[in-house]
Amino acid sequence: MKSQGKQDVLMVGVGGQGIILASDILGDVALDIGMDVKKTDTLGMAQRGGSVTSHLRIGQKVWSPLINTSEADILLAFEKLEAARWVHYLRPGGTVIINNLAIPPLSISLGTQVYPEDEAILGSFRRVTKAAYLINGTQQAAALGDVRTLNIFMLGYLSRFLPLKITDEQWQKGIARHLPSKILDLNKRAFEAGRGAAAGVNI
Amino acid sequence: MSKSRKLLSGNEAIALGAYHAGVRVATAYPGTPSTEILENMAAFKDLYAEWSTNEKVAMEVGLGASYAGVRTLVSMKHVGLNVAADPFMAAATTGVHGGLVVVSADDPGIHSSQGEQDNRHFARLGRVPMIEPADSQEAYDFMAAAYQISEKYDTPVLFRITTRVAHSKSVVEVDMDVLRAERSKFFHHHVEKYVMLPGHARLRVPHMHSRMEELTALAEKTPLNIIIEGDSRTGIVSSGVGYEYAREAFPGASFLKLGLIYPLPPKLIKRFADKVNKLFVVEELDPFLEENIKAMGIKIEGKQHIPRHGELNTGAVRHAAVKAEIIPPADAAVEVVATGNLPGRPPLLCAGCPHTGAFFVLSTIGKRGKVLDARGRSEKESGLIITGDIGCYTLATYPPLRAMDTTACMGASIGQAIGLVKAGVSSKVAAVIGDSTFMHSGITGIIDAVYNDAKITVIILDNGTTAMTGHQDHPGSGKSAQGVSTQKVDIVKIVEGAGVKNLQVVDSFDIKSVRSAIRSALDSEQLSVVIVRGRCAVTNKVRKNKRRVDQDACNDCGVCLMIGCQAIQKKDGRVYIEAGTCMGDACGICQQICPKKAIGTEGKAA
Repeated sequence: MKSQGKQDVLMVGVGGQGIILASDILGDVALDIGMDVKKTDTLGMAQRGGSVTSHLRIGQKVWSPLINTSEADILLAFEKLEAARWVHYLRPGGTVIINNLAIPPLSISLGTQVYPEDEAILGSFRRVTKAAYLINGTQQAAALGDVRTLNIFMLGYLSRFLPLKITDEQWQKGIARHLPSKILDLNKRAFEAGRGAAAGVNI
Repeated sequence: MSKSRKLLSGNEAIALGAYHAGVRVATAYPGTPSTEILENMAAFKDLYAEWSTNEKVAMEVGLGASYAGVRTLVSMKHVGLNVAADPFMAAATTGVHGGLVVVSADDPGIHSSQGEQDNRHFARLGRVPMIEPADSQEAYDFMAAAYQISEKYDTPVLFRITTRVAHSKSVVEVDMDVLRAERSKFFHHHVEKYVMLPGHARLRVPHMHSRMEELTALAEKTPLNIIIEGDSRTGIVSSGVGYEYAREAFPGASFLKLGLIYPLPPKLIKRFADKVNKLFVVEELDPFLEENIKAMGIKIEGKQHIPRHGELNTGAVRHAAVKAEIIPPADAAVEVVATGNLPGRPPLLCAGCPHTGAFFVLSTIGKRGKVLDARGRSEKESGLIITGDIGCYTLATYPPLRAMDTTACMGASIGQAIGLVKAGVSSKVAAVIGDSTFMHSGITGIIDAVYNDAKITVIILDNGTTAMTGHQDHPGSGKSAQGVSTQKVDIVKIVEGAGVKNLQVVDSFDIKSVRSAIRSALDSEQLSVVIVRGRCAVTNKVRKNKRRVDQDACNDCGVCLMIGCQAIQKKDGRVYIEAGTCMGDACGICQQICPKKAIGTEGKAA
């Protein structure tokens, strides 16, 4: 995939964080602006609390639904350990956005394994790229009134990094299509907050 | 004609394609990755859709509907076709009246199955045609072709998808002006076609062979099979999602892309082979295309370079192409090594899961934590052998619960338990099975246990739904696939009706009752059944009075951690309950088992 406008976005996190919904919205918005889109999510025994990934590929023509290792343009991680787990998918010089949140798996509480330090996680990305951003998404989503808006906040943050021409209206339309009206305003604010948080970042 | 572009999963596209092809009856039993096909069919109100009791019944209902002249869709996961193999082979023999398409959703890589199998072999076994789409557009388009072929050649058509096609979304141009043809519904009496007495079946078999000859002629000219002219050095033969990987891996090569993958077109393949220097087949799982093409006397390479198991991807195809000397090593992608030794995040039973208490009881009664090593092995019998079944509850195999010793296929827990006891193991044997799985194929096991006087304990975990695949209704739930209230089939009456004398029904969140029921059942000298009943946590939205740990009363003994609840965590040596995850009053199991009574609601410990 070398065609113009090609964007491979890998979203990762923990079941229940709203990752699939976030990638559904981006997929629909990309379709609306005339791009070819393929998307494939975590398969299998996707119980709550498991590791979740969503591969989203945008381009003039997309063949494989799966992103190749070392070829993701953007890795959007909703949880730190999950960011570390998928580092090998990021292309050299790609962008990684990590929500500063640790959700320890049960093996940590049972004392059989250790949660990696922040430095180890960020270090693994620094070998691949300079564009690594650790953001307080969960805190800011909670400050908006509901921590479940994290996915839309993350999407707003991501929106600044996409080299695709998407208008505010197109984003609003995409979000409205996937969310019930009673929580729509809150989520639109979350999107703007995420977008705003990325405003000062030198991309 | 108005067209609409939509982002659809393969399963959504299949349902829409079937609907537009005029399907009037759709049947299925839920199974990943096929479940959403029937869910989408059920949403259309001008057709009949049902969750059948199991895949065998789904196939039989589908066959009956086809005999009535209507177009019918039967969908199932790969192993579902094993269950339905008997009526499927009968359908292959009798042929159809209304078009009958059977979707087989294979699961390369075993994302959510008990095994990996390549159901393309069923096409050859049944002497029926098989169609395979590569993306959602083809899933939609090929449905119409499948029904035409089914009716024209008097045969069920196998429609094979894989998990990656079923669950990936891609762009589909949908024809919005389709008129669903109304067809007359009537049954032609025709005993030589529909009554498979040996004398009649013998008449049908030559027809099965002659239709394959006719279908081979069709395969030579159908637009389902296409040649894409490119570089003449390499010719790639492929189908399904493997084609997508191959197109990306070899942007300039020539392709023979097959949509009708059985029977194959020998002349077309020969013509393609003559145009290129080297023929290479890209296919997931078995060398099905490869061996069939080799049998035509055509030289082709494939599985000597490409893995025979698991899913492919573009990287794997490139890697194989380097080995086959099709592309130079320099063109292969540079791989960054993944970070090693990270803690895994296996799926777990949900916080508030009604199965947790029963497994905690089984685990402690069987002293599983002491007997089994870290990998779940022990040379010594534990005193309690637990045969398991298929559902969310299979996750109780993992630590800390470790409460399952076997899982084979739907309903096998009961038969396996009978076998262990009859073979003479010294341990007690309990079979654990969910309500939907019990309806699917546990009932015959119970009857066998009664008939053959097997002293086993059967524990039926009844959460009132088919949870693992996403909460589909089933005969015990009181609601049909299309949301109609229907008579609940009562598990208690089935068990009593089969002749079980020792039957108890307990509340899954009352840990004392669960423990005493399971203990007395295991101690019983007769066949015993315990139905452990409680609502699935995912369907329960009420989460009042979250539990918390009184840090002064807690001595960090770790007993609460042994139920494997996602909400109970440990940080800096202290146990705490994650309020966002805890189900509160809907569960309360941790509070009941805490030896220090250190767990309670806000402001009051137990």
